[in-house]
Amino acid sequence: MDAIILQILNGLDKGSAYALIALGLTLIFGTLGVVNFAHGALFMIGAFCAVTLSRLLSLSHKVEVPGAVDFLGNPQMRDVPYIYDIFGESLGAGIIDWAVPLSILFAIPVMILIGVIMERGLIKHFYKRPHADQILVTFGLAIVLQEIIKYYYGANPIPTPAPSAFVGSFDFGALVGFEPGTIIYPYWRLVYFAFAAVIIGAVFAFLQFTTFGMVVRAGMADRETVGLLGINIDKRFTIMFGLAAAVAGLAGVMYTPINSPNYHMGMDFLVLSFVVVVVGGMGSLPGAVLAGFLLGILESFASMREVIAIIPGINQVIIYLVAIIILLTRPRGLMGRKGVMED
Amino acid sequence: MSKGNLTRRGVLKTGAVAGAGLALPTYLSAAGHEGFTNAPTGSTVTLGFNVPQSGPYADEGADELRAYELAVEHLNGEGDGGMLNTFSSKALDGTGILGKKVEYVTGDTQTKSDAARASAKSMIEKDGAVMITGGSSSGVAVAVQALCQEAGVIFMAGLTHSNDTTGKDKRANGFRHFFNSYMSGAALAPVLAANYGTDRKAYHLTADYNWGYTTEEAVKSSTEAMGWETVGTVLTPLTQTDFSSYITPVLQSDADVLVLNHYGGNMVNSLTNAVQFGLRDRIVNGKQFEIVVPLYSRLMAKGAGANVKGIFGSTNWHWSLQDEGSKAFVQSFGTKYGFPPSQAAHTCYVQALLYADAVQRAGSFAPCAVVEALEGFEFDGMGNGPTLYRAEDHQCFKDVLVVKGKENPSSEFDLLEIVEVTPVDQVTYAPDHPQFAGGALGTCNNGA
Amino acid sequence: MFGLDKKDASLLLIVAVLVAFAPFFLNPFPEGSAMAQFNAGYPDLMQRFVIFGIFAIGFNILFGLTGYLSFGHAAFLGVGSYAAVWMFKLLSMNVVPAIVLAVITAGVFALIIGYVSLRRSGIYFSILTLAFAQMSFALAYSVLTPITGGETGLQLALDDPRIFGAATTAEGNIPVPGFFGLEMRDSTELVFGNWVFTFNVGYYFAAIIMLISFYLSIRIFRSPFGMMLRAIKSNQQRLNYTGLNPRPYTLAAFVISGMYAGLAGGLMASMDPLAGAERMFWTASGEVVLMTILGGVGTLIGPVLGAGLIKYMENIISKINSDILHSWFAFLPDGLEDVVVTLIYPFIGKGWHLTLGIVFMLVVIFLPGGLVQGGQKIAALFGRKKAKEPKNATTEPAE
Repeated sequence: MDAIILQILNGLDKGSAYALIALGLTLIFGTLGVVNFAHGALFMIGAFCAVTLSRLLSLSHKVEVPGAVDFLGNPQMRDVPYIYDIFGESLGAGIIDWAVPLSILFAIPVMILIGVIMERGLIKHFYKRPHADQILVTFGLAIVLQEIIKYYYGANPIPTPAPSAFVGSFDFGALVGFEPGTIIYPYWRLVYFAFAAVIIGAVFAFLQFTTFGMVVRAGMADRETVGLLGINIDKRFTIMFGLAAAVAGLAGVMYTPINSPNYHMGMDFLVLSFVVVVVGGMGSLPGAVLAGFLLGILESFASMREVIAIIPGINQVIIYLVAIIILLTRPRGLMGRKGVMED
Repeated sequence: MSKGNLTRRGVLKTGAVAGAGLALPTYLSAAGHEGFTNAPTGSTVTLGFNVPQSGPYADEGADELRAYELAVEHLNGEGDGGMLNTFSSKALDGTGILGKKVEYVTGDTQTKSDAARASAKSMIEKDGAVMITGGSSSGVAVAVQALCQEAGVIFMAGLTHSNDTTGKDKRANGFRHFFNSYMSGAALAPVLAANYGTDRKAYHLTADYNWGYTTEEAVKSSTEAMGWETVGTVLTPLTQTDFSSYITPVLQSDADVLVLNHYGGNMVNSLTNAVQFGLRDRIVNGKQFEIVVPLYSRLMAKGAGANVKGIFGSTNWHWSLQDEGSKAFVQSFGTKYGFPPSQAAHTCYVQALLYADAVQRAGSFAPCAVVEALEGFEFDGMGNGPTLYRAEDHQCFKDVLVVKGKENPSSEFDLLEIVEVTPVDQVTYAPDHPQFAGGALGTCNNGA
Repeated sequence: MFGLDKKDASLLLIVAVLVAFAPFFLNPFPEGSAMAQFNAGYPDLMQRFVIFGIFAIGFNILFGLTGYLSFGHAAFLGVGSYAAVWMFKLLSMNVVPAIVLAVITAGVFALIIGYVSLRRSGIYFSILTLAFAQMSFALAYSVLTPITGGETGLQLALDDPRIFGAATTAEGNIPVPGFFGLEMRDSTELVFGNWVFTFNVGYYFAAIIMLISFYLSIRIFRSPFGMMLRAIKSNQQRLNYTGLNPRPYTLAAFVISGMYAGLAGGLMASMDPLAGAERMFWTASGEVVLMTILGGVGTLIGPVLGAGLIKYMENIISKINSDILHSWFAFLPDGLEDVVVTLIYPFIGKGWHLTLGIVFMLVVIFLPGGLVQGGQKIAALFGRKKAKEPKNATTEPAE
């Protein structure tokens, strides 16, 4: 029982990452009709916003450590962040410790800016081009973004820990009468789940309850008619692109303490997020979120020893297997609309 | 029609250029009159450095390349000579190899066997490389080793830890200096028993591919011999990034040790996740829960940050070793690049020197002569103590380091501390050991 | 000629001449010159050009004609190479049975996957094919290790049965693949002044097969069957209303292009007898999509050009290191040399991916029809007579 509860928690946690990335992807897919292979790269850049901010905060000058020598026999140097000089050591260390949450504030404007530049500078010219051209240009862009990050940050993962306040686990089990220590879950992963829920809720509310959202939804359904009504849909689509980039970026920022970011993490998620979007159904935001959580939970269950013992290798293929089954039983995924990206 | 000097290098270096000629059918571009592939005829010899330059191991590959460049410098008599001064064989004199200046070409393995072979082939066919070396994974090492056997050039493996490289996939033209899964297990088990007791229940998470299998088997059999019990083994997909769903079942089991048979990005993520779930703070069966990482790499450990503290593992070499060879290497690498070398850099540097020395001693670049010179070769002064290149499987036998993540690192490079230098006798096995069964070395191939 | 009209026949002839003299064209720079780094006329790369050319030609039959974008085509290439290597292990080192089995296996595989995947269209079809290919990769890399060799790939061994051939050569080595005794790796060199040209058996073997494949693809493009496929692409609904069921046609196109992929896989194994699971990874499937789009979707010659460009960058640009750069610009004053090298360095060697990404973007931005359109533009500059030639290559603008 407790094993199952834990796997559901794992699934929800994985699912929130999938859902967040898929949400941004489907915003672009659904609203703009653009196959964006650079979406994974946006997620990765979000994560590197966190890395960059924590590097900026810990910009240091060298101070000699008396009496110690380094591996070459030169005097040992110690890094002292400038922030210590400004705020004092304890407050400075506290600020650096909170680098990841602080990066949210840093990442939102950066990601919106990147999204808007991308849309205005490149994607805009590809709305009327075939999907094949969109794939090529966004894939090229993804490679370029990746290589730029690799050039500056190297290929190895970079540890970006959560604030020390979030280290440790929350004992769920003890609350509901299980033995202490059986159902525990790390605080940061719970934060991630809550964060994802807030973001997803905010995006839905934005589209559902604002005039802007109404226009965008109308544009998704019938772009031409909305244009004929004299509404400048292009401008709104630019903002949507910025929004999608920000969602992907925030998903990346918050993900860094869970797994150390590296330059190709976007590509690792890219294929998966396409599968999630399509399983959810083209043009459906709730579908993408639902599919994200569904695949996350199934993936977690498939990795249990008891399951692998019955079907060896199931953990390797579960996501794709489920995708095939769903697409064969429901022609347009879970909640897809007819006629979107079907030809 | 000119019939002699038909190799590219011959044509190009000796400048003997007149008219046109059709050579006899040969394999892989150049057969010299000396009867082996890419025989160097001019005043230079070309080595091929095939390392990952893109993909997840790019940083490790970059460090390997730095080491090779350093080795070339030292072989050509530039720089401070590094380990040439401490190497027990004094055949090399800083005038290149057999008097020929060492040149090199580089390629990108992408850590894919296809790409690695393509790159190695272009070095052999286009650039006339007489030896290929490097790489950062066993899949690549095995693939390139087979290619070199076929082409008739020597392969000096870089970082490859799977038993198979010198086990079931061994080849006569291939040599490995790096240690292997079996040695990791044999070196780790006694240290683990001494630190954590002999009554432990271990749970393995294993990368689902060849290297993972051999490592799991090695660690399992060595620890079980110490009295440990293995309560579970689970294979994890190579492409897995979030290991939470593999970690939580550990909470449910009665295991009190988690062994992570992972490398590279997998290792960084699984270790980070395991620590996140508070495994290290748990008390199971009345004992402190422990995590073990059989193969450590300092470059990769850096990615896991503070999570490596206090975690045991094994490594081929570490820059903090205080023998003369290591000190000389660290000194010259550090002076040139400003930071200490990784174990990947060390093994590649040593392999390049060992190859050069073997050629020098054999008096020929012919692969079969080199194989003969390396087989059963005993040497010292290369950082790992007295070492033997065993003739039966072309594996180096030397001391193995058991290390632990350092609690208070003094710098960003100071992540591991050496717990024990396991003597070579303890990690030596018979050539027909079951973990290395199958496959045959075959005979050396001179190519054309 | 061969049942082709004049335009197609001359295109085939041009390709045949290019392929036959590729060892000259690809080695334009003399040995030892600074530009020799850009020579691509060595056997391995030339083989790769034609093999990936076959792969892309086959992919284009599906994508270019029907518009169905398969994102799992590498699976067929992988299956083909596994089949071929198994033939080398069990039967003999002759490439003919290996290639035949590779094509058949890939065809059967494509029939099964195609039958299931073609029940959906558009992006849903793409994801289905992607899912099948990713499953094949994941299983081949792990659970199926006894059949596929897993991480280290499927290799030949000295103790393979090889019932119709020698298990080992007289020298005790593993025999090499050959065509009735003609070894694929045999080469002949022509030395001409400072130039060295290599003629490799394997290359010409693959090149002849590539020409046959190219010819077949022209015939398919021009056949009633090809017209039907194009009809499916332009308006499937209308086709349905006329009472025609498009499914058998798309399935046939899918299987044919799967067999092309299997042929490419079998040839790859024949040139280099090793099959690895990475050949089936989604990036490999993506690569053939990129090759086709880069060259020009729906054009006859485009995919081959795209394949050539990507493989050239992968194998040539990635090998330029900073030493080579320094030797190129050694003529510059020291300070300037360093500046130039620093500027170029990020784009070569380990930065070859960056160059690749930039090329993708530039091509698609400035040449919407791919490289073929670039060829047309250049040809247009040189007057009318020449402009006609490449136009033959294009059957219709990309999509």
